[in-house]
Amino acid sequence: MNMLVYLIPIALSLGALGLFAFLWSLKSGQYDDLDGAAWRAIEDDDDHPAV
Amino acid sequence: MTTCCAPGTEGAMELERLSHALPSPEELLLSSRTIEPGLRQTDLSVPGVHCGACITTIEKALTALPEVERARVNLSTKRVSIVWKESCDGHVTDPVRLVQTIVDATGYDAHLFTNAEEAGDRQQRDLIRAVAVSGFAAANIMLLSVSVWSGAEASTRDLFHWISAMIAAPALVYAGRFFYRSAWTAIRHGRTNMDVPIALAITLSYAVSLWETMHHGEHVWFDATVSLLFFLLIGRTLDHVMRDRARAAISGLARLSPRGAMVMTADGGRDYRPVEEIRPGDRLIIAAGERVPVDGLVESGRSDLDLSIVNGESAPVGIGVGDPVQGGTLNLTGPLVVQATAGAKDSFLAEVISLMEAAEGGRARYRRIADRAAQLYSPAVHLLALFAFLGWGVFGGDWKQAMLISIAVLIITCPCALGLAVPVVQVVAAGRLFKDGIMVKDGSAMERLAEIDTALFDKTGTLTLGRPRLVNGREIGAGHLSLAGGLAMHSRHPLSQALYRSAGNALPRFDDIQELPGQGLQAHTEEGVYRLGNRRFACGASAGAGTTSEVVLSLDGAELACFRFEDTLRPDASAAIRALDRAGIRTGILSGDRAPVVRALADRLGISSWKADLAPRDKVDAVADFSAQGARVLMVGDGINDAPALAAAHVSIAPATAADVGRQAADFVFMHDSLSAVPLAIDVSRQAGRLIRQNFALAIGYNVIAVPIALAGYATPLIAAVAMSTSSIIVVANALRLNRASRPDVSASKVADSGPVPAEARLA
Repeated sequence: MNMLVYLIPIALSLGALGLFAFLWSLKSGQYDDLDGAAWRAIEDDDDHPAV
Repeated sequence: MTTCCAPGTEGAMELERLSHALPSPEELLLSSRTIEPGLRQTDLSVPGVHCGACITTIEKALTALPEVERARVNLSTKRVSIVWKESCDGHVTDPVRLVQTIVDATGYDAHLFTNAEEAGDRQQRDLIRAVAVSGFAAANIMLLSVSVWSGAEASTRDLFHWISAMIAAPALVYAGRFFYRSAWTAIRHGRTNMDVPIALAITLSYAVSLWETMHHGEHVWFDATVSLLFFLLIGRTLDHVMRDRARAAISGLARLSPRGAMVMTADGGRDYRPVEEIRPGDRLIIAAGERVPVDGLVESGRSDLDLSIVNGESAPVGIGVGDPVQGGTLNLTGPLVVQATAGAKDSFLAEVISLMEAAEGGRARYRRIADRAAQLYSPAVHLLALFAFLGWGVFGGDWKQAMLISIAVLIITCPCALGLAVPVVQVVAAGRLFKDGIMVKDGSAMERLAEIDTALFDKTGTLTLGRPRLVNGREIGAGHLSLAGGLAMHSRHPLSQALYRSAGNALPRFDDIQELPGQGLQAHTEEGVYRLGNRRFACGASAGAGTTSEVVLSLDGAELACFRFEDTLRPDASAAIRALDRAGIRTGILSGDRAPVVRALADRLGISSWKADLAPRDKVDAVADFSAQGARVLMVGDGINDAPALAAAHVSIAPATAADVGRQAADFVFMHDSLSAVPLAIDVSRQAGRLIRQNFALAIGYNVIAVPIALAGYATPLIAAVAMSTSSIIVVANALRLNRASRPDVSASKVADSGPVPAEARLA
């Protein structure tokens, strides 16, 4: 029973952490261009011409 | 069409360049916004981008320009946003260069778009946030509830209940506001919708659960309340995402109406003004390739006008000094000076818009299936809960027990499955249509499309592509054809372009060539003077006027060849009409073009009912006549003159090439050339309608089983949670069957598409 005093806040704050991480990523525009992000990941970001 | 994925094909033909109509620098400046002093941002729509190479190509090409601060491609919305310096190294930046760079680098069109979906975007974000919050709350409360169900007792249970209550309260306020707001609006207008029972159920169940918690009760419904909210918000968000995606895709299409025009001021200067600020009496300079912004009279210059989008007439019309021009027409061959006779508010376009607004009454009265169901459902549910309360109170004597049972009835019957039944099916259906290049503006459009029994088509631009095609190419010698092609290359007149396209590659070169607007082309060579144009121009005044759909090639006034053209039929047009016949839908043509042309097309497609020479108002009247006879009319059209009929019809479809007002008025917009989009949209909508009814049946069946359990007083929170989730999952699974449904055979002929959009879509 005493463990609950620690465990419940820990469980809730972990969940809240996930929630805030999601809200933050939404706000910072990470879902604005999902198709583009998929492509950018495999782009070579160097000075050589692409293709 | 060149693509960035196929390097080496960039040696685009001169003609291709011509066909990329670039926005004017003034138009670009007008639509850009200042983000800080000296820096401006321009957003362009590039519908052709589809892969990683496109991103790199465009961004590299743009950032290589000294005036570009930064550039970013958004592949999902197919847009490029460019931040550029107003002046660079002492030169004032020409924004057209930015657009030109994109076109040069990729061969794709880049154009301005109407940025109207900001508000929708914000609501979508609000909804997604609400889903996240309610999801968090639902998961955590469920965690605590499972502990209670598995045997937490006494003070532990109370503690868990209190924590649940504290998590649920903010989630209810934050995520539930969408339902409260909508329910309140409905009630205030004396109506009821799906959100009324939802709002009532979540509020009452929360209040009773809180009361139970305070009195150390055994059963609370926080988990049911919040997961209900979570499920319903998912449905609502999906619905929103679907509409937004369609809206973004439609607003990314090129605007056909100009934003402004070059006005000649009294002192001889030139001033670019937005269309709204053009006054009657202003003298406007309209270059070849531009659209006429407002109604006016030609003051000087000669040209050919493409009227197809305004009145459905397929052949271009020559105009000269003193002729009236209508706003929205496309100036093809020569520069014109036009004196405006009406401001934008009184122009032809405005007249059409007011006709549209007058016609829109019928559609506004349509009530969505879910709301019609709610009209029966919510009084029934509320009465049932009330009877349960009174019944248990009077006969059982325990009013607290009666209260708990009536709440259980409300929660069990809360239209969770019902609330998901419609949006999930419609989202899946819209997603399927989206894959085939058909944009659905909202879910009610699909409901209405499933009901239609009559389909009326516009001719030019809808049943046909509005692009002329050479019909007698085989009768003409290859020598004359290539001569004509070499000449035609230098004009943007549609007949010339059609001639050039069918003339092949080895074309003779002409050095001394002139285009005489409204007449044709003329080339001086060693053999003599070649002329290509209308009969009167090519063979001298004695030859008579000839018809508008022929072009004559002559050498020193003697006819060498006569080229005849007709409008290209849209791919799959006859297959689509046959498919509609099979589906038991009457078809008809409403055209603004001349009767012989319309009759020929109607015969070819096997459409028996047609009307020609219709003004916009006549089209509305024709649609109204059908409606008055009890028919549910689908209108398919593209022109400005079709817009009022599109608004008046029960439901409407427009091709992506339609005029701006037409696209706004239509419920569906199809991106590919093929007309099979129409039967496909109808077919998918009907399937969706069937699935929605099935889902309703499932939801009602579930209630028939669950309600007696609740009435009998056996519905514990555990049973409520299990029943609710199961019914929602069944409904969603049923909706997903739409994805697996066999495709109708008309869509198999998609290969026949020939427009630029499908070419890219196939590469994607």
